Amino acid sequence: MQKYSVFNLIKNAFKGHKDWEVAWKDPTPKSEYDVVIIGGGGHGLATAYYLAKEHKITNVAIIEKGWIGGGNVGRNTTILRSNYMHDENGLFYEKGMNLWKSMSQELNFNVMYSPRGIINLAHSDAQMNAYARRGNSMRLNGIDAVLLGREEVKKIVPVLDFSENVRFPIFGALMQPSGGTARHDAVAWGYARQADSMGVDIIQHCEVTGFDIVNGKAQGIQTSRGNIKAKKIGLCVAGNTSVLADMLNITLPIETHLLQACVSEPIKPILDHVVTFGAGHFYCSQSDKGEMVMGGDLDGYNSYAQRGNLPTLQHVLTEGIAMLPFLSKLKMLRTWGGIMDMSMDGSPIIDKTHIDGLYLNCGWCYGGFKATPVSGWTFAHTIAQDKVHELNAGFSLKRFNTGHLIDEKGLGTKTWIS
Amino acid sequence: MLHIKCPHCGLRSQNEFAYGGDGTVKRPELNKKVSDKEWDTFVYLRKSPRGKHTELWHHVSGCRQWIKVERDTVTHEIFKTAKVNEDI
Ligand SMILES: Cc1cc2nc3c(=O)[nH]c(=O)nc-3n(C[C@H](O)[C@H](O)[C@H](O)COP(=O)(O)OP(=O)(O)OC[C@H]3O[C@@H](n4cnc5c(N)ncnc54)[C@H](O)[C@@H]3O)c2cc1C
Ligand SMILES: [Zn+2]
Repeated sequence: MQKYSVFNLIKNAFKGHKDWEVAWKDPTPKSEYDVVIIGGGGHGLATAYYLAKEHKITNVAIIEKGWIGGGNVGRNTTILRSNYMHDENGLFYEKGMNLWKSMSQELNFNVMYSPRGIINLAHSDAQMNAYARRGNSMRLNGIDAVLLGREEVKKIVPVLDFSENVRFPIFGALMQPSGGTARHDAVAWGYARQADSMGVDIIQHCEVTGFDIVNGKAQGIQTSRGNIKAKKIGLCVAGNTSVLADMLNITLPIETHLLQACVSEPIKPILDHVVTFGAGHFYCSQSDKGEMVMGGDLDGYNSYAQRGNLPTLQHVLTEGIAMLPFLSKLKMLRTWGGIMDMSMDGSPIIDKTHIDGLYLNCGWCYGGFKATPVSGWTFAHTIAQDKVHELNAGFSLKRFNTGHLIDEKGLGTKTWIS
Repeated sequence: MLHIKCPHCGLRSQNEFAYGGDGTVKRPELNKKVSDKEWDTFVYLRKSPRGKHTELWHHVSGCRQWIKVERDTVTHEIFKTAKVNEDI
């Protein structure tokens, strides 16, 4: 594989940039693989990469119905964090935070990792208490957390609305300084390029339409480009999980819902951190291009539409203006949506299934981008060793039956009430 | 914006409604022994179909009645609405 470096950049500049190698090939599917990963999003690509790199399993195909990066991995608002209270989540995402730190070097691809800090605003004493508790739980798990008072927040993010007569005054905030953002497309492309170089077949425009299961054992998949045999099959299809589960006669604790995001016209640097509103659901960061990147609530009813509805956007941006009044003067550049696999306790599932050789990775809700490296890392382990890693042991499918839920927000099963 | 025809009030904008989820889910019968599996299925497991979905909506800023709606989860086309005690 050709290395990306400043020397190669200069060398290729002399040749008019005509001789760059393709970043990944476009193979026709073979008739059989050791492992087939369904879904060429961030999680599928990362899984294939770690299967090859950590477990030396390289006879692997990624089967993607569209193009890699066309799903949620290319639609999210790129927030990275591990500010969770429960051990299962905290330790898992913190492993992820460590993988983010070295990702650009490891993949030889600039993922524009930017640990700029994430600030969750609090608007009442009760919320400050809850954040103090969460921050303490985080620190017990070795995760960085700082409780900020109103004056400290004012110093760090002066553009927030600190005026006297607001409906939701800012009392303070919980900050995770190591939280931040990364460039989502680069993450998909970086994993794809490395996986391809180790022998993984990335097969795009190939839709999985069925499964071959014989005597409770996975044998292969049916696709729009023919049947493919596989000893092991991993599902990483995010918002389409229920559709594939239906082909397998499995009913999951998952509903598919739509989440929107939007960006404003680009402006000069004004917001240095990721900031979330505490009296509703709105968050904001500023991209390197200068756009304000914003998101918030789910549309609120089951949806596979991949395109959102205006009432939700209006509601979310009303909260945005309450937090950052200057937003009202900006023009909207783009809005879009992605379909999320909302699990019934808000936490993911990375597990084996009752079908031998069939593995499940789903339930990422609206927070799976930050999990991309650690999800791939643990899922590759689960598939290669045919057993869960201790980091994903809590994310079992049976927890809904046994009552061992990981209900971080205490919301229960009404996933649309985000 | 969805426009939902409330069987009591007529065509109304989505803003007047709250969503109630899958309308086909049945609670295990009262006063009967219920297995863990039945509870699991009732509380957590959902088909979440891509296509026709029978769901509950609450006309919360209108007549405050719960209603049934049959909607396509891809196109958002609404095929039918009914009172909550009616079949759809
Ligand atoms: C608007 C928005 C904002 C978000 N913001 C954040 C954020 O700030 N931070 C964060 O951590 N997370 C965020 N998320 C969530 C995050 O994007 C997802 O949880 C994560 O990307 C899901 O994993 P993935 O990348 O593998 O999914 P995807 O990229 O969706 O990959 C799944 C792939 O499976 C393919 N597929 C589906 N069915 C089939 C089939 N039958 N055959 C073959 N292929 C199939 C799809 O085409 C798709 O490419 C956000 C999501 C959205 C939509
Ligand atoms: Zn009504």
